Amino acid sequence: MRRQIPLYIVLVCGIVFVIQFFIPSHESEFIFEYGQDWVMVIGILALPLGIWSYLRKTWLTAVKKPKERFFAGVSLFGFAIMMLTGLKRESLMAGSLYMELFEYVLIPIQATIFSLLAFYIASAAYRAFRARSVIATMLLGTAFIVMLRLIPLGPISDVNQALVGWILSVPNMAAKRGLLIGIGLGAIATCIKIILGIERTYLGRD
Amino acid sequence: MKWHEKMLNIDRRWIYLILGVAVIVPAVVSFHVPVNVTPEVRRVYDFIEDLKPGDIFYVGIDYDPASLAELHPMAYAILDQCFRKDIKPVVATLSQFGAGMAEQVLSEVAAEYGKESGIDYCYLGYKPYPAITIMLMGVDFRVPFPQDYYGTPIDSIPMMRYVHNFDDLKGVISLSAGTSSEFWIIYGYGRYFMPLALGVTGVMAADYYPYLQSGQIFGLISGIKGAAEYEALTEYKGEGLKSIPYQTTTHVVILAFIIVSNIGYFASRRSKK
Repeated sequence: MRRQIPLYIVLVCGIVFVIQFFIPSHESEFIFEYGQDWVMVIGILALPLGIWSYLRKTWLTAVKKPKERFFAGVSLFGFAIMMLTGLKRESLMAGSLYMELFEYVLIPIQATIFSLLAFYIASAAYRAFRARSVIATMLLGTAFIVMLRLIPLGPISDVNQALVGWILSVPNMAAKRGLLIGIGLGAIATCIKIILGIERTYLGRD
Repeated sequence: MKWHEKMLNIDRRWIYLILGVAVIVPAVVSFHVPVNVTPEVRRVYDFIEDLKPGDIFYVGIDYDPASLAELHPMAYAILDQCFRKDIKPVVATLSQFGAGMAEQVLSEVAAEYGKESGIDYCYLGYKPYPAITIMLMGVDFRVPFPQDYYGTPIDSIPMMRYVHNFDDLKGVISLSAGTSSEFWIIYGYGRYFMPLALGVTGVMAADYYPYLQSGQIFGLISGIKGAAEYEALTEYKGEGLKSIPYQTTTHVVILAFIIVSNIGYFASRRSKK
């Protein structure tokens, strides 16, 4: 019974919303809005569960692993400070402590971490882009041409720009389109399997 | 160790150091790098340029701080163009970290032109579940956003009084570093046929060319180069054009390392024969 009820809900909702998509009417729109409200309600109910899970796991890490206690403490402190400073609506205005923390702590941290990628990419490009085979040479040549578009090459720049445009809109697009069609067909097949209850992994192992 | 073996085995710390120097050089020695404007960027510029004063245009700040360097300059240049032409932007974010950044860029550019919230622009804030939010905006903005970011009910906002759904907008541009751009294509264009353009990070750009050719998006701004192209078109003095020298020097270094690596590889193969 614990497994059958969710399967029936998925079956009914799946069929109703597939049919709804193709019927443009007020009734159909009402069903759509009502369904979307339910998705939000479910999502909101999942939020406290996520917070509880995060707090519990971080707390247990702090208690059981002395080496990670400091980092767990920083994580819990960050969570508490952002939650407390962001409780009031005024905290969303520019100049509030919440916004200052966001602008001067979170933004630089995320931007810095992402910027470090440039160093890893440089190291990876040096090791990976070697003309070991015909396919590797094609990859190397393509990457070289695409990267060259950022470098001023005088009169050759326009030719290179046109070449980059051709690479992106012909071979790249052919490959991407094939992938997208494959992914689309795969997604339809998976959805049908979920709606019909053949694919049940989302229910967990129990 | 032979010379070609040395070329093949450069310690990664040397690579990091040289790249670090390459990043610093443009900060010390300023130089200009010319920017060629691509047709996909020009189409976005032309679309907004052709709008009439008072037209409503949706700008989605759908990225987080990790992609700020690439996408923030686009947001500045596009909003500057909108305000310069008296186009009224409706701004919202589908990224959980986007709310603060959207408020920052919008209030800064609006202040430059003396534009007022609720009259000249509307900032709706953040809502989770991008796909659902896009679909609900297609029904009525009031469903996902009963109030704007500052807590004002949508019906009390003069600019939004006659704006109900996508039918009342002239177009959409989503500046995105994640899946929300795909949701915009699937639901924004696929369901409501909104004229849609995207601003994406450099690494994402190749994924969106099929949508450009099929006409599902009318324009595409990719990465900091795209932002610089847009700034060149709008003549906006932003971070896009300033960032191009940094990208140029780092790309020169990466290309140099690739060349060194391949010279070493071929020399090593020849010596083995």
